[in-house]
This record gives sequence, C-alpha cells and structure tokens, in this order.
Amino acid sequence: MAHFTKKSKAKPEISTASLPDIIFMLLIFFMVTTVLREQEVQVRTILPQAEALTKIEQKRYVSYVWMGPEKLRGNAVGDTKVQIDDAIIEDLVNIRSIMYRKLTEQPRLIVSLRVDEESEMGIVTDVHGELRKAGTLRISYSSRRDISNM
Amino acid sequence: MGILAKKKKRAGAEIPTSSMADIAFLLLIFFLVTTTIDVDTGIGMTLPPEPDETTPPPPVADRNMLKILINAQGQVLLEDLPSSVGQIRNEVLAHVQNNGADPRYSDSPGKAVVSIKTDRLTPYNLYIQTMDEVWMAYFEIWDTEARSMGFASYVEYRADLEDPNENEIRDKWPAQVSLAEPDPGN
Repeated sequence: MAHFTKKSKAKPEISTASLPDIIFMLLIFFMVTTVLREQEVQVRTILPQAEALTKIEQKRYVSYVWMGPEKLRGNAVGDTKVQIDDAIIEDLVNIRSIMYRKLTEQPRLIVSLRVDEESEMGIVTDVHGELRKAGTLRISYSSRRDISNM
Repeated sequence: MGILAKKKKRAGAEIPTSSMADIAFLLLIFFLVTTTIDVDTGIGMTLPPEPDETTPPPPVADRNMLKILINAQGQVLLEDLPSSVGQIRNEVLAHVQNNGADPRYSDSPGKAVVSIKTDRLTPYNLYIQTMDEVWMAYFEIWDTEARSMGFASYVEYRADLEDPNENEIRDKWPAQVSLAEPDPGN
C-alpha cells in the first residue's frame, strides 16, 4: 500500500514532446489546401443568382475568365472587358492561344466564366467561340446561390 | 586518457528543438491566414466542339428540338410562341418526359434537345435565368429518377457512384442543351 501512495504523489505533467508533430500536421494540411496566387480583378463582376448550381471542388482544374465593365478610378466603370489571369485581353483572338496552352498543362481544365450580371450576351458568345476553337469545352457560369429562395 | 575525455565532451553537442514548435506555429498561422476555403459554384456546361466544315452537324428532327429564343429586349420565345422565363421549366419537363406521346414534344428522352438562342444584346442575367430553369428541369427529372432507385436525391446518387462516367441516370436522361449561333445584333 505504501508503494501506491508514493506514486500518486509524483507531480503529474502533460508531455509536450508531441506538440511540434501536431502543429506540423496542421501546417501541412493548410499548406496543401492553400492556393497562394490570388489575382487582382480589374473588372467589376457582380455574379448573377441561380439555383441549379454545382460545386467545383477541384480548384486546381479551374481557370477563371472575368468579364465585366472595367474598374476605373473611384467608383466609375468603363467598357466591358475580358480578363484572364492578371491581364485584360484587348483582342479576344488571344484567348484561343492562352486557353490552348492552359489545356495542354491541365487536360481536365474547367473554365469558370465570372461574368457581370449586367453584361450583354455578345461578348460571352465571342468568348464561347474562342473557347470552342481552343478546345476547352468544360465551362461553368459562376453564379451565386439565390438567397431569397433558400 | 586526456584524449578520451575530450571526445566525450564533443558528443554532447545537440541542436535545441524547443523552438521547433514556435517556428511551426508561425508557419501555421501564415497559412491559416492566406487560405481561402470558399468553393466556386456555378452552372456547369459542356460547349459543343468547334464545328467541322466537312461534316455537317447531325440532323435533329423538329419535334425533338425545344427552341428557346431570347431577344435583345429580354422577351422569350418558346417554340415560336411568346412566353416567359418562368414557363421554361415546365416546358422542358414536358418536352424531355414526353416519350412520343404529344407530337409537339420529343420522341424519347435520349433524343430531346433544348436549344437556346440569344441575341448579341440579350442581357446576360436573363440568359443565366434561362439556363437555370433548363438545368433545374433536368435536376428535377434526375431527382425523381434517383428517388425511384432508393436514393434521397440525385446529388446523393452521384456521390455514391464509383466511376462518375457510369452514371445511369444521366445515360437515361441525358441533358442536351445546345447553344445556337446568335444573330448579329442590329
């Protein structure tokens, strides 16, 4: 009996030896899920609302095409422009080569069209035509969930 | 004897690992802050491939084609009749699920095509609403089919699939939405 009482008197301590391992595990999780490059969008894109939405879980497959009125100084907006990556594409014919290059790098490419809801179909149709010529046929019209219907 | 003592001292040198956790924490906080876990949502579509000049597109019988036309003013023409966006869903449902019953609608679900034609000046918002209605109609059909197979919804059925290409529901009710070449705007 004396032995037992002696043992319980020992100061209990939580081992911190495995702490770095736990932190590293978390670290690796966030490193893997992080997409570092966030592009600065130079056009206004207020997305339309829709119901029939599907999620694109594989962010690595997605390439964005922004379409909308160009943001100017202050709150003013200019003409409707197309932006891919960091640059505004002035000549829409260039989309073909850009998208073709992206498709060779990522064969399962999904092009997410982030189009401002006040745009007209003309520019969207032109981009469709270029995407078809490039062969990037999987597209997604990026939309927000309709909050009023939830 | 003196040499041996010296050797023992050197072996005791060690890198301190107590700061390892702090370094890892710093990195962890950096990645925590920069991570965005928002998921992009949208209406998925597959564009038709670039038309080949030597091979004309396959002919589609008039009854199998549901024509939706949206003009620059935002007016909807459904099968050449003036209509509204709200009616598209029911029309698509009737068209796809017809199975040859009504001569105005499709022969079979596999042959049913929904064609959307827009003008260059059609508002994009209206186009998305139209797309939404068409796809909601298909989702409704797929949901009904999935429920008859014992799943709660089509989403659950698809999550249950081992090979996403062997989708029985989509094989039975294929969504064939075609985008017609728009008229040049005035």
